[in-house]
Amino acid sequence: MNTIYAVMDTLLPFEWLGYGFMKNALLAMLLIAPLFGMLGTMAVDNKMAFFSDALGHSALTGIAIGVVLGWENQMAAMLIFGILWAIMITFVKHNSKMSADTIISVFSSMSVALGLVVLSRGGAFAKYSGMLVGDVLSVTQGDLLALLVTLLAAAVIWALLFNPLLVTSINAPLALSRGVRAKLTEYVFTVLVAVAVMVSIRWVGVMLINSLLILPAAASRNVARSAASYLRLSVLISLLCGVVGLVLSYYLNTSAGAAVVLTAACVYFVTLPLRRK
Amino acid sequence: MTQNHKHCPHPGMHGEMASCRLCRIEVDKLSVILGKQTLLKDVSLHIHCGELTALIGTNGAGKTTLLRALLGQVEHKGSIRHLTSDGRPAADLRTGYVPQQLEFDRSSPVTVMDFLAGSLSRRAVFLGVSRKMREKVMAALTRTHCEALADRPLGALSGGELQRVLLALALTPQPDLLILDEPVSGVDQNGLESFYQTVDELKHKNHMAILLVSHDLGVVERYADRVVLMQGTVIKQGSPEVVFDSPEFEQVFYTKGVRV
Repeated sequence: MNTIYAVMDTLLPFEWLGYGFMKNALLAMLLIAPLFGMLGTMAVDNKMAFFSDALGHSALTGIAIGVVLGWENQMAAMLIFGILWAIMITFVKHNSKMSADTIISVFSSMSVALGLVVLSRGGAFAKYSGMLVGDVLSVTQGDLLALLVTLLAAAVIWALLFNPLLVTSINAPLALSRGVRAKLTEYVFTVLVAVAVMVSIRWVGVMLINSLLILPAAASRNVARSAASYLRLSVLISLLCGVVGLVLSYYLNTSAGAAVVLTAACVYFVTLPLRRK
Repeated sequence: MTQNHKHCPHPGMHGEMASCRLCRIEVDKLSVILGKQTLLKDVSLHIHCGELTALIGTNGAGKTTLLRALLGQVEHKGSIRHLTSDGRPAADLRTGYVPQQLEFDRSSPVTVMDFLAGSLSRRAVFLGVSRKMREKVMAALTRTHCEALADRPLGALSGGELQRVLLALALTPQPDLLILDEPVSGVDQNGLESFYQTVDELKHKNHMAILLVSHDLGVVERYADRVVLMQGTVIKQGSPEVVFDSPEFEQVFYTKGVRV
């Protein structure tokens, strides 16, 4: 790790990178950004923006359940709950005639309320309110390792999921007729999004995590012409906004997550006129 | 497979061999019940290789449900048997499917090449399409005369172009049964004729069974070898002349003013 810090000092001799926490924050951004840039492409293609928002909210419930069970490890509680929640929403969506956004909304509001009820008991919510905004400056070396492992695992699964997701997003019956296991693919994808969200939520925050997933992909869609350029651009925009947002937040002394998302929103609007007619 | 060729009723007509394994599909007393609703009741029909069988009927007659049952996408009662010419079960039936005019997000950054390569191979298309796969896709597109569309965005294609691309995909790998679900709705007259000419050409060349759902009775009259008239079940089947001249046909279509 010290080698990496030394390399960073040599290559990027900037004032803002002088602090150890800023180095960690930058490394965290360099891991979170491509993860979300990548997953975001298919979340947008498969119209799952609202779904991932609900997942982000469920992190609160995850922590709450951990608190009730007396678990020390918040991450484990969030991960387990997030995965179960993702599977449950997808299951209900497949097995109900109600429209998907109604179902997701029901699940989302329920999980937020449940999380708030448990966490605010006895006025203790202040302890957890940081979760809403996130704080990338508090990333530790151990957290970086968790992010790295998630990114690598996600990239491998991604390579297997990409084609089935792509074909399903164009036409589901057609994908089925060609032997695509659309349901399995969807479940694996939602679980993957759930894991990515839970692993990153402490740094990005419940309120902003979804924007990080959707905005870079949405901006990339404005300019991309093919699947390959769509993915590459989305990852690139995500990385760019991650770094620019972090630097901005250092000089403006604001929340890093919010600065990143604002930067991504700017990129989206700048690229909007370039959309193919 | 070579042995089967002897029994094949149309020897020498199969451009690519796959088709000859299957000779006919026998659907017997097929019913589809969804909840309390009976969508299809006791449907029995035969679909033969080298023939275009057209399903006709008004909306809600169960045509698309029958297709979905044949595709194995809905649960059903009754039997669907795939048989070789000597009446034995045909090995793993390959089905090609051209869906109804696609409703999809036309702003999707997906090219024709992405879409076909993504359907035909496991290698993630964002890693780039291998030269071999590219050749395979080009060959598929050439069969339906639309190789020039390879690098166009899928969302920029006209209705007719899109259907040709979907047909190219449905024909790769060579299917035994090709299912066309209302394939050219919203396509102009020229596009429509040339689409069916391509289908007709492929039928003769490859000796596959083709099942077509269409509301365009003119097309059905010109291109179908057999016609199946449906209304929750099969109410008449036979050659186009037989079905079109039947009282059942008159009852379904003339009184509703479809063919005035």
